[in-house]
Amino acid sequence: MRLEVSGIVKRFGGVTALNGVDLAVEEGEFLTILGPSGSGKTTLLKSVAGFEVPDEGVVRLGDQDVTMAPARHRNVGMVFQNYALFPHLTVAENLAFPLQMRSVGKAEIARRVKEALALVELDAFAERLPRQLSGGQQQRVALARAIIFGPALLLLDEPFGALDRKLRESLQLEVRRLQRRLRLTTLFITHDQEEALIMSDRIAVMDKGRIQQLGTPSEVYDFPVSRFVADFIGESNLIEGTAQGTEVYVPGFGALTLPQAPASGPVTLLLRPEALRLGAEAQAAPCRAQATVLETVFLGLSVKLRLRPEGGPDLLARLPLRPSDPPPAPDGATVTIGFAPGDIHVVPRG
Amino acid sequence: MPRRERRAGLPAILLACFATVVFVFLMLPLLVVFPISVSSAAYLQFPPPGFSWQWFQRYFNDPDWIDATIRSFKVAAVCTVLAMTLGVPLSFLLVRSRRRGIWILDRLAAAPIIVPTIILSISIYSIFVRLQLIGEWYGVAIAHTVLALPFVVILVGAGLRGFDESQEQAAIGLGASWPVAVWRITLPQLRPSLISAGFLAFISSFDELVVAMFLSGASMTLPKKMFDNIMMEIDPTIAAVSVTQILLVALCLGLTALFGKGALATTMSR
Repeated sequence: MRLEVSGIVKRFGGVTALNGVDLAVEEGEFLTILGPSGSGKTTLLKSVAGFEVPDEGVVRLGDQDVTMAPARHRNVGMVFQNYALFPHLTVAENLAFPLQMRSVGKAEIARRVKEALALVELDAFAERLPRQLSGGQQQRVALARAIIFGPALLLLDEPFGALDRKLRESLQLEVRRLQRRLRLTTLFITHDQEEALIMSDRIAVMDKGRIQQLGTPSEVYDFPVSRFVADFIGESNLIEGTAQGTEVYVPGFGALTLPQAPASGPVTLLLRPEALRLGAEAQAAPCRAQATVLETVFLGLSVKLRLRPEGGPDLLARLPLRPSDPPPAPDGATVTIGFAPGDIHVVPRG
Repeated sequence: MPRRERRAGLPAILLACFATVVFVFLMLPLLVVFPISVSSAAYLQFPPPGFSWQWFQRYFNDPDWIDATIRSFKVAAVCTVLAMTLGVPLSFLLVRSRRRGIWILDRLAAAPIIVPTIILSISIYSIFVRLQLIGEWYGVAIAHTVLALPFVVILVGAGLRGFDESQEQAAIGLGASWPVAVWRITLPQLRPSLISAGFLAFISSFDELVVAMFLSGASMTLPKKMFDNIMMEIDPTIAAVSVTQILLVALCLGLTALFGKGALATTMSR
């Protein structure tokens, strides 16, 4: 079901956790709230789940105003950060709980529990207690419990935080597949930008109790609307320049002509590390500089370099690396670096 | 099982000696009481000159002793039920409330432990006289509830503090009302604390003398009867009663350990 929150404000004493949040999650959409801790994302989730009542604003599920509705009447499935499985109940009993609360018949409960277990591939674990399961299995039980009763909305509160990287990646894709297949309207909370980029239809970047930017992963990554978003998502080189008409003067690199004129005066340019060109490729770039390699970090699939151009700020570059490739440059070497107008994005100021 | 590091040398020996001394000191009364209860002598004599079940027979055949024992059971049972009914919800309030100054109430809940029992007894006596509760066994049970309440609040409170509240939230999110969430999710997990609390409440009443002396009148509880017995005639019956009482309490303790999963020991050592 469609979720719409508008004008949500929540204060705790003197602290404003949410400062006017507007957001709509379309039916079947996977929307991620991405933000650092203290950005208000958990408070927003709690307001949607019904564990907090906002001071101002409206929460709508479908065509119903549920702002004041108690959590148990909202029909919202939630996966908690620590899963909050009931440790004294077996997996099957955990899954049966929401159905029992809805007075579903015994035979029907048995059928649906079986179905849900099959869905998360835990058929053999029905009679286990949660502590007898691995972290990933517990996570899948929590997910199954959150969707077994056919919720109008699924809430995921940093559910992958406690898992190791490999397991996390496979579960992320599994959750995503399941969500698509069941067409579950999903609100996902995370502080992990990579996770947000992998999973989401759209991302809402939150900071200081407000949504800073709302867009698809590639929009948010390529065209951040503020310095905060640019810095928070992905690695970035934020270069301060001076604009005059379509000309931007970049220290160390000289002048660059942009297709569209930014406001005159100081501008911030975003140059992703993978967009920075090196060596022969850089020779053809309109904006060039000679730079010293300060540090090279081998990352497996790629190599990351920290560079100091003459007269300019330090920059990060990331180059793809095939096994047969030689190292791009040793530490201390001088290389030509450069970029083209198409490689950069002017970050709006403010 | 992780291997424990063995301590060796003088400190280990000293520790063992110290532990032995403390243990013997704690066990000494039992070492005296058990032999005397099966003494063939007609007066308290240690070591007993011979073996006899006579004092146990006298205890079990004397309706006064048996009445007192049954009465003590009733008092302790009612006290336990009352202390739990009042104490468990009170613990929820004290642990969960976000009101400022709730910690003052939390400390006050332990007051009956701090206030001298004799002062408490006199105060309760003056109230009970007006309510005509003196000499009624349920009057004693009510008074004992005041003494037992702190145990319940402290034990259940500790259990509740260690309980992950998000589980209750999860249950509510899954469609449960708060009472249902507490009943189906929270309380079953607090079972060790609840059993320990109930046990302590029971024992604190079953063993209590001072309040009973003031309030029980002619309908004596077991400790009161024992006290009177010592004042009037002193014979080994008292030892037989003590042994029976000790065995009963030990049985309760064993059951608690079995079902309580060590909550008592953990909480007390905190």
